[in-house]
Amino acid sequence: MKTENQRAWIFVLPVLILVAFNALVPLMTVVNYSVQETFGNNQFFWAGLRWFEEILQSERFHAALGRQLFFTFTILIIEIPLGVAIALAMPRKGLWVSVCLVLMALPLLIPWNVVGAMWNIFTLPKIGLLGWTMNNWLGIPYNMTVSPVAAWITVIMMDVWHWTSLVVLLAYAGLISIPEAYYQAARIDGASNWSVFRYIQLPKMKRVLTIAILLRFMDSFNIYTEPFVLTGGGPGNSTTLLSIDLVKVALGQFDLGPAAAMSLIYFVITLAVSWLFYTLMTRNEQ
Amino acid sequence: MRLRSLVPLIYILFLMLPIYWLLAMSFKTTNEILGGFSLFPQRWTLANYQAIFTDPTWYWGYINSIIYVSLNSIISLLAALPAAYAFSRFRFLGDKHLFFWLLTNRMAPAAVFALPFFQLYSAANLFDTHLAVALAHCLFNIPLAVWILEGFMSGIPKELDETAYVDGYSFPRFFITIFIPSIKAGVGVAAFFCFMFSWVELLLAKTLTAVEAKPIAATMTRTASSAGYELGLLAAAGVLTIIPGAIVIYFVRNYIAKGFALGRV
Repeated sequence: MKTENQRAWIFVLPVLILVAFNALVPLMTVVNYSVQETFGNNQFFWAGLRWFEEILQSERFHAALGRQLFFTFTILIIEIPLGVAIALAMPRKGLWVSVCLVLMALPLLIPWNVVGAMWNIFTLPKIGLLGWTMNNWLGIPYNMTVSPVAAWITVIMMDVWHWTSLVVLLAYAGLISIPEAYYQAARIDGASNWSVFRYIQLPKMKRVLTIAILLRFMDSFNIYTEPFVLTGGGPGNSTTLLSIDLVKVALGQFDLGPAAAMSLIYFVITLAVSWLFYTLMTRNEQ
Repeated sequence: MRLRSLVPLIYILFLMLPIYWLLAMSFKTTNEILGGFSLFPQRWTLANYQAIFTDPTWYWGYINSIIYVSLNSIISLLAALPAAYAFSRFRFLGDKHLFFWLLTNRMAPAAVFALPFFQLYSAANLFDTHLAVALAHCLFNIPLAVWILEGFMSGIPKELDETAYVDGYSFPRFFITIFIPSIKAGVGVAAFFCFMFSWVELLLAKTLTAVEAKPIAATMTRTASSAGYELGLLAAAGVLTIIPGAIVIYFVRNYIAKGFALGRV
């Protein structure tokens, strides 16, 4: 049982200072920009909630948000079941486990722009392994710079390639924590593979899967570097996800006010979804 | 049973294909790359690697990245250790809210913070230093380190703390000589994840540096745009960014899977 001790705050203080410095100061800067208008020369004018109204009504924002939701939803639908399936198929002991874990963790440790560049090289129609195979060997026309469908498939495939391993690692960690006795009991009862999964493995994985879904939701919702390097948001605007659009507004057009308002709306959406999910998943534990 | 063991194999094959392609490209000459498709390099060349290791703007990129990543891991762990202890052992005013607030910092899109970060670190006279990047990466690494360490610490029975007090240990001495060694694995896992997320992040690192502390990944993008499209060189630089990660994974391979499992949620 934990003891009540207010002096514990002293232990937390360094973390609080470091994170607050990095989180609160920039956040307040963004809030500050979001209610002002600037014409350059460091002159700012009060704009009230105008940017917020404008963005919430703008079709461009709705389109980017729609693409973002589609992307996040699709990769979750693919990565979570796939990750669980691979974790279930992994052996529990032996040298092969270490080999699997090391090789699977590899994509997680590649800098994000290298991931984008790597997939770009991989899919080039004339000289990329995938691009060449599709076009010249299988005879399927596949060119990311021309076809939005090809661009979307590639962006999603890249994310699956990049992050499914995280789900595998988490699900596997949940699986190996299940005592052997549970499986023995199930065998005595003559439980099918499905019931073992449904009533033993899945409930035991609930905690780590919550973490996996949360992390994948947050990170995929904020994704920027990889798709930007891979497609640059194109062809046209077809793969311009929320972050890419935001950077276009903020740095490309230097519209600080609208960009700041857009980031705040964006942040609030992420926060709300994560909080809702976190509360729902941990509801039964308290 | 046979079919089942094929699943991880096929998955690993899928993971290795783009990496193989990058590796193959890095040993090809630019002429061969642009000349057409070949599954293996026809004429092996180390020229791309040689170019990187003889050009200071390239290899300093690696050194810069390694410096700020190490610095970040050390700062994150030093701050997170006592905090994780507090979360695992004590109840205090606002502890649950504080914990969730820490986690929310992973949710802020880095793209949102890029400009304010630039202004903040310029104002603090830290722009273009390794420390700036190391401190900025604390934003997402400290919450993660606290989360992982708290899980490992909660697995250590409280009796350990009590016995140490009875034996006359002061708190700092107990914490450093007894408690931390008993969660070695947790410290290793937390260090691994700090290293990982600091190593792969580019947007903030690129925003906060210009020349002196420029990370390797940023060197890659700038070189690619200025010196035309040298795919071979780009591929070689990419391959080299994978190596430090691979070494780190090898050392913590037995602990990675446990890392998150013990964390709370």
